[in-house]
Amino acid sequence: MTQPVSPPRGSADKVPQVSEKTGPRVAFARADVRTLSLLGVLAALILIGGITKPDEFLDTRNLQLVLTQASVIGVVTVGMTFVIISGGIDLSVGAIVALASVWATTVATQEYGFAGILFTAVIVGVGCGLVNGVLIAYGGMVPFIATLAMLASARGFALQITDGNTQVVTVPSVLDLGERDAYVLGIPPLVLVFAAVTVIGWLVLNRTTFGRRTVAVGGNAEAARLAGIDVRRQRLYLYLLSGLCCGIAAFLLIVLSGSGQNTNGNLYELDAIAAAIIGGTLLSGGRGTIVGSVLGVLIFMTITNIFALNNLQTDVQQIAKGAIIVAAVLVQRRTASTT
Amino acid sequence: MSQFTSRRRMLFGTAAVGAGALLAGCTSNEPSDEESASSQNEQPAADDKPGKQVTIGYAGPQADHGWLNAVNLNAKNRAEKYEDVTLEVTEGSNDTATQIGQIETLINKKVDVLVILPADGKALTQVGLKAMRAGIPVVNLDRIFNSPQAYRCWIGGDNYGMGLNAGHYIGEKLKHKKTARVVELAGLDNLPLTKERTQGFDDALKNYPNIEKVARQAADFTVESGQAKMAQLLQAQSEFDALWNHDDDQGVGALRAIEQAGRDEFLMVGGAGSLAAFQAIEQDNGVLKATVLYPPSMAASAIDLARALGQGKGVGGLAEFEIPSSLTLYSAVVDKENVDQYMSTGFK
Repeated sequence: MTQPVSPPRGSADKVPQVSEKTGPRVAFARADVRTLSLLGVLAALILIGGITKPDEFLDTRNLQLVLTQASVIGVVTVGMTFVIISGGIDLSVGAIVALASVWATTVATQEYGFAGILFTAVIVGVGCGLVNGVLIAYGGMVPFIATLAMLASARGFALQITDGNTQVVTVPSVLDLGERDAYVLGIPPLVLVFAAVTVIGWLVLNRTTFGRRTVAVGGNAEAARLAGIDVRRQRLYLYLLSGLCCGIAAFLLIVLSGSGQNTNGNLYELDAIAAAIIGGTLLSGGRGTIVGSVLGVLIFMTITNIFALNNLQTDVQQIAKGAIIVAAVLVQRRTASTT
Repeated sequence: MSQFTSRRRMLFGTAAVGAGALLAGCTSNEPSDEESASSQNEQPAADDKPGKQVTIGYAGPQADHGWLNAVNLNAKNRAEKYEDVTLEVTEGSNDTATQIGQIETLINKKVDVLVILPADGKALTQVGLKAMRAGIPVVNLDRIFNSPQAYRCWIGGDNYGMGLNAGHYIGEKLKHKKTARVVELAGLDNLPLTKERTQGFDDALKNYPNIEKVARQAADFTVESGQAKMAQLLQAQSEFDALWNHDDDQGVGALRAIEQAGRDEFLMVGGAGSLAAFQAIEQDNGVLKATVLYPPSMAASAIDLARALGQGKGVGGLAEFEIPSSLTLYSAVVDKENVDQYMSTGFK
């Protein structure tokens, strides 16, 4: 049933009960097919956008817009992809983004300027990730429950800090980063951060021991442990990583919206999970790609963009989003069972 | 003193002074705003003088954004102002089941009057009915119950009127143009109030045949969504003349998107009345020229009504011995001309 020939070290066997009848042997080939099909979907969307609204859609400003809007959730999704590949889940990402963005925009933090805001956002994110990681790895809590608890408390804490108020950022250097003048060769700084996180994420997942261990833990934690991987520590690091991504995303969101609000990051957990799954990451762990997840984010953002440009309303957008998730997962199952 | 003098005084004096006082009560957060002028009334109307002790149970949704937070604050401050009022506040919740549980607890505690701002008006109708059957009068705040039997008095904002006034303001500003394009950034589409605001806005614009509404997108009252949706709208419409944004909270994000896109060819009208919006209108150096009120002070008025109910009195300034069964507040347009007057009511 299992063929130990793959980038994950030999021990990273797939156990049938956690997924379909798959083996790592075909993982590469299938990942390629999947990535190609995602690119196909994106191309189809671009075609639709180009036909319905040629002037507005096929425009440099629109490309900048879509990528900028995708950058916040994109960074979160990269972290989420790692966690899901390891067989875990992080439901607290939206709440962590909210808490980090709120903590980093209090009057007290803003006195420390750009560095203070950036530092606070990242540290709060990492701190929440640390709590998640310790509870899950060493406290033996199920990831679903531990991160659900974090979701509730981080949101509550964020509300306590803001008291329901919108905290407007008044630090010019932070605000300027979101303006057109800050674009580097036409690329918004937020998009550059998103790109950097994506590239680093891809390298870590595909070119480091850390990445291989992540896949191994997700494929079969017991086998990974027997093979000498410190599964607990690996899990701790993974939730730390997700928290770090949330911290970075929170900073991007502060730059983008010029404010901190406890409602920030609403339902990010679902958006990130959906993007990762569309990108071919298995919810049960052991398989997934950064490229796929990022494509998933871009597909969602492009849909939102096309719908907005065509003045279609929220209801239609939501229906389409749901339909696309179903379609993507169905296609995934088909490819999984036929290859 | 003859009855005639008294009645005349009641008619002229209290109608004017009392209505003014009631209006002031609707627009101000300041506990110092005096309503005492109505105390010369001879009918048993509620005034500032301590009367029978009243315990008011207050159940609101989770104050997760500026306006709701201001509503809860208004209620609490108003209750503190009265020596004879004890306020039992439940922890705010957006979950229907939780809020039902909280209200049932208040019923069991046998509070004298309930003030309920439901997370979802329709879904909480049953518990409103239950309270009324238990003999506890309910003051329904803003989000209305399904059945009039579920409340003794409803007080709330005028969502349709808000859209109407926004539409008329924009219409008057643009009527000299041959053709004008208008864009709408709506609030959360799941809520009936958003539909009502849009309906009012559309109806008002029908009076101006030169104006066409070219685009509408719905955000969800958060800064983040305001930025995201506005950025899309700006990309979709390379040029337009006016924008109505339903909510000043999401307006912070919308203004950010406008700034990021470097656009300033249109005039913007906001909604609700946040402090930030008032300040921007006063400074008058951006696109935001006006905002349409949805006053959070309605919660303070709801406490006044609940107290009057508990003490069995009417409203100062009105002839009736009882409080009205429904009160719809006016959505005034605040622009540079009158912003000073409203500045103190702005919420953060």
